[in-house]
Amino acid sequence: MAELLFWPALLAYGEAAVAFVGEARRPGLPGRLATWGVRIGWLVQTALLVLQASRSEGFPWTSWAGVLNLFVWLVVGAYLIWGCRARFRLLGLAVIPPAVALLALAHAGGGTRAARQTDYGSLFLALHVGLVLAAFAGFTLAAALAALYLWQERRLKRRASGILRVRVPSLAALDDLVARTIAVALPTLTLGIAVGIGRLVVSGGSFDAVVAVTLATWGVYTGFLVLRYGAGWRGRRSASLALVSLTLVAVTLPIAHFS
Amino acid sequence: MKLVLVGTSHHLAPLELRERVAFPREQAAALARRLARGELECVCLSTCNRTELYLAGSDPDTAEAAAATALEAVGTALYRLRDEAAALHLFRVAAGLDSMVPGEGEILGQVRTAYEIGATGPFLDRLFRQALHAGRKARAQTAIGESPASVSSAGAALAEQVFGELRGRTIVLLGAGKVSELAARNLVSRGARIAFVANRTADRATALAERLGGEALPLERVGEQLATADVVVASTSAPGYVLRRDDVEAALRGRRGRPILFVDLAVPRDLDPEISDLDGCYLYDLDDLEAVVTETLAGRRREAERAESIVATEAERFREWQASLEVVPAIASLRARAEEIRTAELAKAEARLGRLTEGELRTVESVTAQIVNKLLHLPTVRMKQAAAAADGVLYADTVRHLFGLGEDDR
Repeated sequence: MAELLFWPALLAYGEAAVAFVGEARRPGLPGRLATWGVRIGWLVQTALLVLQASRSEGFPWTSWAGVLNLFVWLVVGAYLIWGCRARFRLLGLAVIPPAVALLALAHAGGGTRAARQTDYGSLFLALHVGLVLAAFAGFTLAAALAALYLWQERRLKRRASGILRVRVPSLAALDDLVARTIAVALPTLTLGIAVGIGRLVVSGGSFDAVVAVTLATWGVYTGFLVLRYGAGWRGRRSASLALVSLTLVAVTLPIAHFS
Repeated sequence: MKLVLVGTSHHLAPLELRERVAFPREQAAALARRLARGELECVCLSTCNRTELYLAGSDPDTAEAAAATALEAVGTALYRLRDEAAALHLFRVAAGLDSMVPGEGEILGQVRTAYEIGATGPFLDRLFRQALHAGRKARAQTAIGESPASVSSAGAALAEQVFGELRGRTIVLLGAGKVSELAARNLVSRGARIAFVANRTADRATALAERLGGEALPLERVGEQLATADVVVASTSAPGYVLRRDDVEAALRGRRGRPILFVDLAVPRDLDPEISDLDGCYLYDLDDLEAVVTETLAGRRREAERAESIVATEAERFREWQASLEVVPAIASLRARAEEIRTAELAKAEARLGRLTEGELRTVESVTAQIVNKLLHLPTVRMKQAAAAADGVLYADTVRHLFGLGEDDR
């Protein structure tokens, strides 16, 4: 049954990813097809997650692949908050293709099948994993917004004649959204980390590389907000920092996890 | 009922001919009233690019002759269209497909005004309402009217690309000529605020600043205001650069990373091209803006293809409605005859029905009326369909013959 839901979800996201490329070339119908692809894919993936949850006795997404599956769902869900608006549609070009790749990876790692049980309590996992993943979904969305900012800024700088052909949010709106998304995601990460550390203290566990990278992530994004709101970093500098921050996290977190 | 269109437009007549028949609102209304005699309906659509007379009546030749006489000042530069072709033309006009700039938005309002001041009856009322609907639909379902069609509106659209909503954004104008004013008005119409007008001649700067609600400034002091400006529009006739990279670089220190858009409409250029290398500075000169406009106009033409199909569908719907008018008298006669028979038969049976209660009598009335309606429903629909397929008159004659309907119904 899970297979029956996984493939349509992947197919719908895949269709959306291709349609977003079409939208960037010639706006109109491809954009609408892409939005519907994302909506359908997300609903089917929701059904897949519900099915996994109903068949599992504890928290179902404990493996890295399961976490990836849940992460993709959160990122796409966060995208849908803005992505359905015509002006923000192209954000999907930065979000959906990686989502397709990550969902396929999650499937290859067995994350779309029934989960194995762990020693951790379900409530702790739901809180800790849920909060940390929601925060990372926010950072990913902020990075996608930052990528869209840099792309649009480059087009404006180069004085592209087709600058008005593709509907993209204004630089000011993108710049603001990058900072606001991170400003919402960071407290979520803080809470997630607090729950994790609390459990470590109670159960007497030890700090590992993943914890260190998570704390470093918290430091990087705190630094981002300080520079953005304190030192007045805006525009290209702010967008580049958001993008570099996520890249660092995306590279170091898997290394820390598998090492 | 026949539709006649006689008119001239930018396709056929140069400005010196068009201006002879360009009627202000009151004159257009008076002309429509003068031509609409008896059963004739008339609407006069007069804009800077076209003057067209739409007439509807049973004698199209007379109507066309009267309209041609009213527009004789343009000589032979007149087009004459009838029925389907005339309706399709109006629908294309309303959608902006016949305009100089495809999809321009003003024409829809002008068609609405012409309709409101026209001497309309049921026919032109339907035609113009449907044309306005087609115009709105073409704009809503395509992007034909979304992109800018002039250099100054392209500048304003670019400002929106940088800042989003322009409400409260600060504009500095360099130059107080017509080009500056046009660009400024485009920005003001989108909510921006003109803060300063700088010009070599103080009088002209003051005059424009007063008109736009800003403050006049000597050209030499522009650098001081750059720290607060969001958009700088330059169109002076200065022989060299009015603003150099160093001036802007100095101002950027106080801006805390806020972007600034420079629009250079001057030839020779007022703004140092190296400004564009500075972080957060976006510079567009006349060539850049013209390239943007050319691209957006090409986009409008692509969208026009989609709009054409919307307009054609709407025109077809109108044609079907117009064709159905041919069978309306026959349908009305048929229904009248059926009702006459029903009433007469009920009257005959009155003695026998007298024993029925009030409620039972109402039921009998209702049942007989329903039988008549159901019997006539399909023939009515089929006759309208036949009318749309050009067989309407044949069907109408057959119905009259079969049911013995009076000659006066024709």
